[in-house]
Amino acid sequence: MFIRFSGLQGSSLEDFWRLFEDIDEALGGGASSSGGIRSLPRGSFPAVNVIQTPEKVQVYLFAPGIDPKKLEVSIQQGLLTIAGQRQIELNENGTYYRRERFGGEFSRAITLGEDVDSERVQATYRDGIVQISVHRREPAQPRQIEIH
Amino acid sequence: MATNSSQVAERAAGTEAAPQQDRPRQREIALRPPVDVYEDGEGLTLQADMPGVSKDRLDVRVEGDTLVVEGKVQLDMPENAAALYADIRSSIYRRSFQLSSELETDNIQANLKDGVLQLRIPKRPELRPRRIEVVNS
Repeated sequence: MFIRFSGLQGSSLEDFWRLFEDIDEALGGGASSSGGIRSLPRGSFPAVNVIQTPEKVQVYLFAPGIDPKKLEVSIQQGLLTIAGQRQIELNENGTYYRRERFGGEFSRAITLGEDVDSERVQATYRDGIVQISVHRREPAQPRQIEIH
Repeated sequence: MATNSSQVAERAAGTEAAPQQDRPRQREIALRPPVDVYEDGEGLTLQADMPGVSKDRLDVRVEGDTLVVEGKVQLDMPENAAALYADIRSSIYRRSFQLSSELETDNIQANLKDGVLQLRIPKRPELRPRRIEVVNS
């Protein structure tokens, strides 16, 4: 189920986030909880958001403090796989009061749909977010279905 | 070697995210960034994961004895986007900690890199633990 909205530019991001709340409400308990068989429980590292436009699917991985060169991103038949490692260096002379940040190996698999073009993928890393853009083969135009 | 007198106690909930069930619809609920906190002889270090926050959208401040860490997520988003899936449903991070009096709150150093905030909160020099040498008599 998609809720389409336009004119995002110039409006605040809050509209975008509110959209997810709408989806939550519509589905009664969260878009992610009704998600795919490969989805991970809340709080897994890295957190993932996925959006799509008629031209592309865009994946945001919330992966702070990683080395993007060591990230393995692959795509096959519409399934995006991300694997990597996050090294948390502990201060040996320190007394730790809290250790909540994730450390170690991680992997996630995200179904992007069958119309994505595996050859046209771009990935960037900025401020701890990996952004992966995958083009779709042709613009998915909304089709009018007549009711007789 | 570290004393247990220094603490960064977390502020009680209430100023933070309300339970999801009765959250107000209009107000955006802040995300609670995971943190590591450790202490050594010179002070305390706090590391917080705040992916998507750039330096100009980060706000670290001390209000009285409370350290407040806030940041706003910036995502590069195209027009006409439809949401397919979202773990992250807020664009604000917020967490606060109560500081103790031996910390130099006006001398906190902040560093933000790849979405990880590191704060160094020094102890007042006169209150740092001194090593007392034991000599044979």
